Amino acid sequence: MSKYSMHLLVCGGTGCHAAESDAIVCNLRDELEAKVLTDKVQVIKTGCFGFCEKGPIVKVMPDNTFYVQVKPEDTQTIIDEHIIKGRKVTRLLFKDPSTKEAVSDSKHMDFYKKQMRIALRNCGFINPENIDEYIARDGYQALGKVLTEMTPDQVIREIKESGQRGRGGGGFSTGLKWELAKKSVSDEKYVVCNADEGDPGAFMDRSVLEGDPHSVLEAMAICGYCIGSSTGLIYIRAEYPLAIQRLKIAINQARENGLLGNNIFGTNFSFDISLKYGAGAFVCGEETALIHSMEGLRGEPTIKPPFPAESGYLGKPTNVNNVETFASIPAIILKGAKWYSSIGTEKSKGTKVFALAGKINNVGLIEVPMGTTLREVIFEIGGGIKNGKKFKGVQTGGPSGGCLTEKHLDTPIDFDNLIAAGSMMGSGAMIVLDEDDCMVSMAKFFLDFTVEESCGKCAPCRIGNKRLHELLGQICEGKGKIQDLDRLKNMSVVIKDTSLCGLGQSSPNPVLSMMENFRDEYLAHVTDKKCPAGQCKSLMKYIINAENCVGCTACARVCPVNAITGERKEVHLINQEICIKCGACYEKCKFDAIYIS
Amino acid sequence: MSKITSLADLNKRREEMKTGLDIRTKALDPERIVQVKVSMATCGIASGAKTIMEFFLEHLDRRNVSAVVTQTGCMGYCYAEPTIEVKLPGQYPVVFGYVDLKRADQIIEKYIKTGELVDGIIPVNYQIIDLKE
Repeated sequence: MSKYSMHLLVCGGTGCHAAESDAIVCNLRDELEAKVLTDKVQVIKTGCFGFCEKGPIVKVMPDNTFYVQVKPEDTQTIIDEHIIKGRKVTRLLFKDPSTKEAVSDSKHMDFYKKQMRIALRNCGFINPENIDEYIARDGYQALGKVLTEMTPDQVIREIKESGQRGRGGGGFSTGLKWELAKKSVSDEKYVVCNADEGDPGAFMDRSVLEGDPHSVLEAMAICGYCIGSSTGLIYIRAEYPLAIQRLKIAINQARENGLLGNNIFGTNFSFDISLKYGAGAFVCGEETALIHSMEGLRGEPTIKPPFPAESGYLGKPTNVNNVETFASIPAIILKGAKWYSSIGTEKSKGTKVFALAGKINNVGLIEVPMGTTLREVIFEIGGGIKNGKKFKGVQTGGPSGGCLTEKHLDTPIDFDNLIAAGSMMGSGAMIVLDEDDCMVSMAKFFLDFTVEESCGKCAPCRIGNKRLHELLGQICEGKGKIQDLDRLKNMSVVIKDTSLCGLGQSSPNPVLSMMENFRDEYLAHVTDKKCPAGQCKSLMKYIINAENCVGCTACARVCPVNAITGERKEVHLINQEICIKCGACYEKCKFDAIYIS
Repeated sequence: MSKITSLADLNKRREEMKTGLDIRTKALDPERIVQVKVSMATCGIASGAKTIMEFFLEHLDRRNVSAVVTQTGCMGYCYAEPTIEVKLPGQYPVVFGYVDLKRADQIIEKYIKTGELVDGIIPVNYQIIDLKE
């Protein structure tokens, strides 16, 4: 067999998968067969490249050519032009949004220049369904090293010294967590991977599991060795079918190769992993609720202590870590605590994966060292705001976090700085807002979510969030009073202080931070009954400017509720009582005679 | 598939599988290894560029030279096809013309391995504009 001279990497992440990347793989393979190139060029389906905005992605190696928005019918051109004749297909190359020029390879893309990939090191690089590719990238070396050369205490010390903090949102020291679980005495202990990623706009864990499942399996086994457990469980939401499928394949391959099961690496350490499915409830990301759900009970949190490290799954000591936390562990073991702790800020070490969503040009998945500023993330890696609009804020930490504004753009991102700025790291979702987003509606949107997801066990969260939501609704409809702002604030503080678990303790955060940072906008809603962003329909008025109206009747004809009256060639009038603010007249008018007040 | 029962087994498997990923790992940092570009436009292919490309792919590997071999479009030296461009780490690229199998062998043995120039060099007679400046 002759050697391959080229690899075509096709993204198989959820986004690209949905955009027919499977068909692209098939077409490329058929095309190569037809041109008798199958022994020269290999097609590999990989995990997410992170650049979801422009998917499906096809990357040609070794020249790093990065093709974006590839369609199944483009495959013939790629093979004929690039593979056979060596000419890059310019129309499929990524175009730099500021210069509008085609960028020939991924090394020159701003999106990748500032990134440092630890947890995502293999995503978009290896075939997640082939354990050998993971092994070729030093996979399972960390497990081998730990089992044959280190004691559990040494490993825990290494993890502690690395300074890694839990990536699921809590930011608790991973090493300390492992140490507590190790200290608990029991005949059985459990290692649990929390893959119940629930923040709206978050897809970090999903992409790691889809792109590099073995890194999580390897780290769970390392954790098992450290705390003295032989059973690993991955709690994953059933709505992540692709991640589940790839995990199953990975677990089977690891068992076939003896990397899970009895006497791993010829030692007396045995470890196996199975999957537990969740129904996709936000509260189950909280570790006690997660454990209850795994036990088959209602997904409700309980008061800590006892912490899971003492009494968790089935009453046994349990260590719960998030997917991204686990995915970084093998790298920490192989490269050392010193290396890891040299990256990041004083109290937040290493890198963090963020999911960029909202009004940003490069929607996607990125990994940057802690301490990178929001400006770098949003404007350099993220390519700035869509359609040249103005940046207004960014919601970090999902519905539990807060909204940061222009003045926070140069703050280095880490656990403590984000809390100081009134938000939080959370799992790493970043939702970017532009000038058209209304901050009252936004806060209401996040509360929609928490009201829906509250488990209902404790009153502050069950009732309080509902009341907050109602008040915000009234403000959006122009029925708010100035006192309501104080009520919002007081109620938020009470809910935070008295709720049982993290969900209620953090759900008022968006309201508090948005009121703090955009007080003027809240005031405009209650005092002037105006929505500056023009989002709250009840506060908008479509008005006809008599000077511009020529009486063409176009608006009256398009109005679905017959709210517009007027004779031909005479000035028309909108009846505000009837108007439903659909905006149809506004779009129809050719004379700019209709404006929004 | 045999089970991995020791670190030595794992290392063995890693070494076996590494070559399969070579093309991708080398591309992560091409500046540090030898880069060979073979001009593969119509004229180049007609003059035998494909054979030359295969020769480089096979022999650089066989002679343990860590290199990336890619194809490129017409370099404009149609009179001297097949032409190739070789870039050693930290050096300016050098273009060789009239590359047949014998010269390809010399390029590997002399220029790539020892840095000694061989016949057939096409001097740089143009400037590429940098659109960013």
